[in-house]
Amino acid sequence: MTGTLTAVAARAAAVPTEIPLPAAGVQRAAWLLLVFPLAGAAVLLLGGRRTNRWGHVVGVAMPLAAFVYGVIAFVAMLGYPADERSREITLFTWIHVARFDVPVGLRLDQLSICFVLLITGVGSLIHIFAVGYMSHDPERRRFFGYMNLFVASMLLLVLADNYLVLYVGWEGVGLTSYLLIGFWQYKPEAATAAKKAFVANRVGDLGMSLAIMLMFAAFGSVTFTGVFGQVGKAGQGVTTALGLLLLLGACGKSAQLPLQSWLLDAMEGPTPVSALIHAATMVTAGVYLIVRSGPIFNLSPNARLLVTIVGAATLLFGAIISCAKDDIKKALAGSTMSQIGYMMLAAGLGARGYAFAIALLLAHGFFKAGLFLGAGSIKHEMNDEVDMRRFGGLRKVMPVTFVTFGICYLAIIGIPPFSGFFAKDTIIDAAFETGGTSGWVLGLASLIGAGITAFYMTRVMFMTFAGERRWEEDAHPHEVPPVMTSPMILLAIGAIGFGAFEILNDRLVDFLGPVTGEEPPEPGLFTIAGTVALVLAIGAIILAWAMYGRRPVPVTAPAGRPHTVAARKELYGNTVNESLLMRPGQWLTRLSVYFDNRGVDGLVNTIAATVGGTSGRVRRVQTGFVRSYALSMFLGAVLLVGALLLVRI
Amino acid sequence: MSPGHYVALAVILFVIGAVGVLIRRNAMVIFMCIELMLNAVNLAFVAFARQHGQVDGQVVAFFVMVVAAAEVVVGLAILMAIFRARRSASVDDASLLKY
Repeated sequence: MTGTLTAVAARAAAVPTEIPLPAAGVQRAAWLLLVFPLAGAAVLLLGGRRTNRWGHVVGVAMPLAAFVYGVIAFVAMLGYPADERSREITLFTWIHVARFDVPVGLRLDQLSICFVLLITGVGSLIHIFAVGYMSHDPERRRFFGYMNLFVASMLLLVLADNYLVLYVGWEGVGLTSYLLIGFWQYKPEAATAAKKAFVANRVGDLGMSLAIMLMFAAFGSVTFTGVFGQVGKAGQGVTTALGLLLLLGACGKSAQLPLQSWLLDAMEGPTPVSALIHAATMVTAGVYLIVRSGPIFNLSPNARLLVTIVGAATLLFGAIISCAKDDIKKALAGSTMSQIGYMMLAAGLGARGYAFAIALLLAHGFFKAGLFLGAGSIKHEMNDEVDMRRFGGLRKVMPVTFVTFGICYLAIIGIPPFSGFFAKDTIIDAAFETGGTSGWVLGLASLIGAGITAFYMTRVMFMTFAGERRWEEDAHPHEVPPVMTSPMILLAIGAIGFGAFEILNDRLVDFLGPVTGEEPPEPGLFTIAGTVALVLAIGAIILAWAMYGRRPVPVTAPAGRPHTVAARKELYGNTVNESLLMRPGQWLTRLSVYFDNRGVDGLVNTIAATVGGTSGRVRRVQTGFVRSYALSMFLGAVLLVGALLLVRI
Repeated sequence: MSPGHYVALAVILFVIGAVGVLIRRNAMVIFMCIELMLNAVNLAFVAFARQHGQVDGQVVAFFVMVVAAAEVVVGLAILMAIFRARRSASVDDASLLKY
């Protein structure tokens, strides 16, 4: 009893705005987390072809070393009392001009360590998978260089102790995402997709940079401690503006509406990239940003409401797209969008939801990476075929892939006791508990989303692993080598138990408590909403079985009814972008070019033509005959004399 | 003989020279016409010097002669070069320097 009271008192004292303690002991070397992958990237990218032979070994070893250090730092953190776990180290002063002071520092706290372990842990597994997946690619060394650079940028993003350094990491992951989506840049689709992702991200980055400028203007500081310490004194207008700008940044990075269109095209990149960047880590950076900026969002109910709306809309949007996509990677990408929608929804609920958002984020990191690696190994064995209508019957030939993919499938659709069940149902509950109309709307949206998730994932399962073999004639799939199956097995183990581990006993909620503030309500194991979600999911599985399991799947996609066509076309997201942004933009440029050609150039050219034409005519005067020159001299002399006489008289 | 007569003669000589320069084609004749114009001016100078009782005009006449001599030296050299190149002394043939 006394123990509980002390714990509650300690948590009440530990407001998120508290100033972190300086790091001590082993945590003082937190910069190692950045140095390992950065050194890997430097060796691989600067070393050139010399490193081709052993490049992948370095590429795998560096994230693994970072993971080992991450575990050590995590254990060290667990040794501290709950309210002393937030630690900072200052590395150096980056900018110091008058009042503007930007130190480069790292913050190791409960939130960032979760991400460090996810990025380096799941990241290392995906790196190992990529050794096998990319084994036939002559550019494998460059691939690992980019991947290490990504890990370094992502770690900088989550470890930064101020928004400006966070922004450096933010741009770093944007750059590496661009490089890796376009890794096979000789494919026009890949090059276009990379450009599209970059442009869509720039729109979000604009919000991010404006938010940082606004922070400096309003608080004179961009550090977390500085901003969160003063945000309470700022007006409602400033906090809401900050919240909306940060949300814009989060939407760009996390592929949320209205900046969602790039994620599906990003699947042109190699599959390990899709697993690491576009499923497990980078796309969740938006959720991290919102949870990290909790003190700002806590003060602005309007911004939070918009976050929940974006989350709810995207979770349905992505799920509906997934239902109609025949490309296995795109179906999974739509699912990523939808799951991040859940996280955004939870994050938008404020202090009640932050821990649940992170719980789903971590669980999602495992099962979605597992799904993508499964899709990758299928693609690897099916001669780069990704059309699920060409799969079928893979259960027998790829048993390990089937089992691991199946476990991750059960996790994502929320079947107990797999991780998705715990992580997602807490969010559905929290959405209903918001109360009022918004509670009902958010709750129903997340419930329906859960049903659709079960439908499209079951569709993927049936089309890929069940039914008759619809393979291309030259496809001879076998189980992939152990270097690829072992990461999938480890991720599947994570997908089995991790959700229960974090949610039961409030482990993660208590752990994150000092960072996320107010304690979330105790989630029940089987609540009404959770049970309804489960029933919906089972109904959706039966529906999907009736549509894709019982009946044979046609090799060419049937024409489909209007809603299928709409979902195949990504609910016209690209059409909207094209008609609202691209075409008016093109008209604007055409108009400018026309004005430049006809207006500016026209004026300049007319002047030049006039001068040229006139001089062309005048030069005929130079006949070359001496007497004509003499005549003009005489005439001139006569004129002069005449003028003189005229003046004299 | 009043100075007026001398000036009138100078004007006539000058006009003959000027018209010759304008209408003749032979470079040699043009040269002679130029000399005629110079000497017409000399005549006017000397006539006015005589009228005013000063020597300034007569001195200038000497200068003009020196200049005329120098010009003839250079001019005849050019004329010789052109004649050697083209077998013609017509100035209209040497009209390459034009538009």
